[in-house]
Order: sequence, then structure tokens, then C-alpha cells
Amino acid sequence: MSAGFSLSRIVALMVKEFIQMRRDRLTFAMIIGIPIIQLVLFGYAINLDPKRLPTLMVAAESGPATRTIVAAMEASGYFSIAPGLASEAQANEALIDGSASYVITLPPGFERDLVRGTRPQLLVEADATDPAATSNALGALPQILSSALARELTGPLATQERLPPAVDLVIQRRYNPEGITAYNIVPGLLGTILTMTTILMTALALTREIERGTMENLMAMPATPLEIMIGKIVPYIGFGLVQVAVILVCAQILFHVPMMGSFAVLLGVTFLFIGCNVTLGYTFSTIARNQMQAMQMTFFWFLPSILLSGFMFPFRGMPDWAQVIGSALPITHYIRSVRGIMLKGSGPTDLVNEVWPLIAFWLAVGTLALFRYRRTLD
Amino acid sequence: MASDRPESVVIDIHGLTKRFGNKTVVDDVSLDVRRGEIVGFLGPNGSGKTTTIRMICGLLRPDGGNGTCLGMDILRDADRIKRQVGYMTQRFSLYEDLTIRENLDFVARIYDLSDRAATVNRTLERLGLYERRDQLAGSLSGGWKQRLALAASVMHQPKLLLLDEPTAGVDPQARREFWDEIHDLASDGLTVLVSTHYMDEAERCHRIIYIAYGKIVARGTVAEVIESSGLSTIVVSGSDVGVIAKAVREKPGVEQAAPFGNDLHVVGPDPAALKQAVDSALAEAGSDAVAEPGETSLEDVFIRLMQTAQAADRSANGKAS
Repeated sequence: MSAGFSLSRIVALMVKEFIQMRRDRLTFAMIIGIPIIQLVLFGYAINLDPKRLPTLMVAAESGPATRTIVAAMEASGYFSIAPGLASEAQANEALIDGSASYVITLPPGFERDLVRGTRPQLLVEADATDPAATSNALGALPQILSSALARELTGPLATQERLPPAVDLVIQRRYNPEGITAYNIVPGLLGTILTMTTILMTALALTREIERGTMENLMAMPATPLEIMIGKIVPYIGFGLVQVAVILVCAQILFHVPMMGSFAVLLGVTFLFIGCNVTLGYTFSTIARNQMQAMQMTFFWFLPSILLSGFMFPFRGMPDWAQVIGSALPITHYIRSVRGIMLKGSGPTDLVNEVWPLIAFWLAVGTLALFRYRRTLD
Repeated sequence: MASDRPESVVIDIHGLTKRFGNKTVVDDVSLDVRRGEIVGFLGPNGSGKTTTIRMICGLLRPDGGNGTCLGMDILRDADRIKRQVGYMTQRFSLYEDLTIRENLDFVARIYDLSDRAATVNRTLERLGLYERRDQLAGSLSGGWKQRLALAASVMHQPKLLLLDEPTAGVDPQARREFWDEIHDLASDGLTVLVSTHYMDEAERCHRIIYIAYGKIVARGTVAEVIESSGLSTIVVSGSDVGVIAKAVREKPGVEQAAPFGNDLHVVGPDPAALKQAVDSALAEAGSDAVAEPGETSLEDVFIRLMQTAQAADRSANGKAS
């Protein structure tokens, strides 16, 4: 009996596993922490129907009809219209740097033409780099307009309420006119693949030395913490750049993603982003006690990076707290930058708001790593 | 020590103390090592040998005490000390997925050695590693790994070599060669502090320091240490030494009785009491074994030192709690 199947032996193994699991506090925290975080993120942060998207009005003059349209669009919840009127140039800039998702343009004489019944144009330009984020609002727009104008055009103007509608609604999906999701997915994948691989590689950098026993020798030799950090992360920056090249070539050949901006700008932003990741990974390896913990920390970081960066789910659909967390992640700024460069042709000046958080993040984690690095075996 | 010229003192530490939690692992250790000496650092497992060596080369921060290593303060100048010290860790700590040459290249670069290729080649040849230079370190046997580790720790021509149980798990011939090499290096002026378990290795040192439970309990040349123990030994030869061992252990005046094949070493502090104990044990057993005075070995002394230290440690802890 004992040779074939022993309950006692199984119990022995189970007890041992439990003891080991309990000793490894980080794993234990992950077991509890990951489901809670996933529940909170999926349950509260993610919203596939983003509301209150920033919108600018461009119009020569304001009038009762304009005010009605603004009020109705605000009331629908989809649009958050900035007070006052913007110039065409301002509006264009806002679309490129991403501070506005929509621009509504009323041509000169809109009010007059509306009253006359000559069906003035109402131009809606949407930032369609992420088709999912804009499509619901655009879909709701004709209905919003017609019911708003129905209320406005009463009394003598009621005759205007008829088919075809009182305004000629023109929708432009900018940067991605056909709403091709691959155009959005490729920059997002670039960000997530780099996050996963480069952080993981460097997270193992010191823990591997510790586990293999080579750390003691390294410490006994005259290498400073800064030298060790630079020596450990630079090879992986090169590794990340090779990955970027592979992804971009595939994006071009397989998905025909356009490249509106310059490769130099893309390379610059990518360098910053990979720098952030490898330094973060190195920081993990100064905290983790073994390779297993380093891997868990990487996955722990990966989760919000996918969910809160605007890659899988619209950034503007998230509640404020989730947007704050998202804004602290390098990948959020990187995805925006890559979308901007590839689809909108953004240049360095358009990317200032995305670049400085990357630099700040890099410096912060680098400092943390040097602070955390143990110079002795204590 | 005051008469020594200061430049001839390589390690000079006083009252070195290290605690892990509430356990004092190294307790008030003072030691001095002079230029060109080979000093053996002995003691049972967990006695604080590795911890002391690590404090000397800056890998651990002492909780108390002070001192100098090569004239530099061990508390403040750890980074400068590292440049002039070679340290061979107890466990092989070079890169197993690098070849011998790649490992040495790495070390040479870390120490910023000039004329790197030539230095590496010279080191490879000196330690007989040249033929195997392209072999992965992970595929080497224990003896060759140890030789590689020694090469890596002396390549930058340190003034002090710290060896932490360098010959653990290495066959006798490789050990012999290793020690020949150490003596060669020392004759060129290198100072060596080496921890070991092996008595034959202790006997190849100029001087030994014995540490037990974090405290130094004996020091001097091998002869001095044996002499100062005050132990005498009787060797009993016969076919039934196992039986005699059991009987003689119970007698007053006997501290140790250890069979070595057909010989039995009986050790005690008082020669007369020892002789009496052996004689009565032989008579009781009705044995015709022969008893003759013998030489007290270093091992006998160390076992005694360990037992005394253990008793002292217990009574100290007993008082504390």
C-alpha cells in the first residue's frame, strides 16, 4: 500500500507547500492583491462608453441656436464643451496634442442660414485614432442635434422641423478616416510588448546574480552602484530598440499603418520609454529577493499598464482616480506619443506634455534604484 | 605589536562585532596580520569566520569595533580597500555561463587593468588554465573552478588575499597544488588570510587563529597552540580499541578518546591521571593492547577549544536569560 499511494506523502507535500507559500510574503500578497485590483479596475475604471469628452467650438459668432446645440450636447453627457469659442488654429492644435477629442465648427452665418432654412453645415471633427473611444458619441450626435433643434425651431420656424434635418451634419474622422482598429492597436502593442519584455529582463538582473551566488563577488569588486545600474540596463535598451524595429516593420507590411511623423521623433520617444522600463525593472530587482518575486512584480505592473493606459479601453472613459493612475504610467504617455507621431504627424512641440512625464519617471525610478541598491550583504 | 613598523601590518582590527538580530555572530574580535604572512582562520561551522572576512573586505558593516586594512579604515574606505584586496568566496561566485577567459576578461575590466589581454593571458598560463580557456566555467570540476576563482582574485595583483574555505570539496592533489600556489604568492609579498576546516591546511599556515562562537579562543603558531593547550596524549594500539574507547571515556581525567583504525588516541589535561585511566581501562577490558605516550594533534586541541567555548557560551546565555 505504502509503495503505491500514500495519503501521508501527499499531506507532507501539501504542508510543505503551504509553509513555503506563507514564508514568501510577496506571493501571498499577490494572491490576495491581484484579484482585488482586477475587480476594481474592471468594475469601476473601465468604461466602454466614454462620456464627457473634451470638445471645442469654432464659430464666427454665437447665437440662440448655437447655445441650444451646446446645451444639448452637454446634456447628452458625451461632450464636455470648453467655454467660449476657439480659433481654427487652436482647435487643430488641440486635436493633435490630444487635449480635445472633438471640434465642432459652425460656418459664418450659421444662425442666419438656420433660420432661413438653407441647411447650414455643421462640421464635427473627431480624433479617430482610437475608433472605439469616439464612435458612440458620433453615433448619438444626429439624434442629439435634431431633438435640440426641434425645440429651438418653434413658432414661426417650426416649419423648419422636417426631413431632411435642419443642419447638414458633416463628420470627419481625422487621422484614421476608415476607423481601422489596427491603427490604434499597433501603437498600443508597441507599448505593451516593450513594457512586458524590457521590465522582465531587467527585473531579473540583480536577483539572478543573488540566486546564482555571483552577487557576493560582484560586490567585493570595485564597481559602484551607478556603474552596475548603467551596465545592467544599457544592453536591454538595445534589446528593446530591436523589438521596436521588428514591430514597426510588421506594422508596415501586415497592417499598412501609416507613418505621418518622423522616425527620429519616434526613436527619441521610444528611447525614453524603454529607458523608463529598464530602469523600473532594475528597481524591481533591487527590491525583490529572488527571481520569482521580480517576475511577480513585473506582472503586477503589467496589469494597470494594459488596463489604464488607454490601450485596451478608452482613457477618457475612466473615472478621475483611474486617469490619475494612468497618467503616472509611462506607457500611457508612450501610446499617446506613438499614435500622435504615426497617425497625426506630431512633432516634438506637440509631444511636450507626453515627454516630460517620461523623463520625470525615468529620473525618479533611477534615483529610487540607487537608493535601494544594497552595497553590503547586510 | 607596537614594535612592528606600521607599514608591515596589513590587517589591524580591534573589537570587531557583528549582530544578526539579537544573535552576536562575531564578538569583540581583534586580529593583526603582517605582510607576507599566511594566517589560517579556523573554527567550527557558524563560528563567524565568513562574517569576519566579509567585514574586513567591506561586504558587511560591523556593529562595533574599528581597524585598518592595508592602512585604510575598514569603516570608511571600503571602496578603496576593495581595489587592493582579492577575495575568494566560499561558494563559486563567477559566472557559470561564461568561459574561463570571458570571466577573467570581465574581472580585468572591472578592475580597470591596463593591458588587459596580456594580463589575462599571463594569468591563464600561470594557473595552468590556458588549455581550458574556452571552456564554460559551469562545466568545470571543483578543483578547476577553485583555480579559476583564485586566478580571478589575484589577477589585479592585490596586496591582501582573503580566502574563505577555498578548498572545500576539492580533491587532495588539487588542494596540495593550491597551497603550493598560495605559498608562491606569499613569498612574493602577498598577505593571505585563509579560513579552513582542514588540519593539514592549518599546519601549512605561518600562524593560526581559532575562533569559536564569535570569539577568538586561541592564536599563534601550530606548536604554540598545541603547547598552550596543556593536553597530553596516550596512543593505545590493539585490535579491540573500540571496546577500550567506551570504557576509558568514563574515567576521570579523560577528555577525548577517538579510535583511528587500530589506534586509540586518549587525551587529557593531566598526564598522570591520564595514564592511570588508560591502565585501569585496559585492565577492566582484559586487553593486551599496548599504551604509549603520543603527540597531541592540532585536531585534539581544536576539539577541546570548541568544547570549552561551547560550555562558556551556554553559561553566558544561561546568565543572560
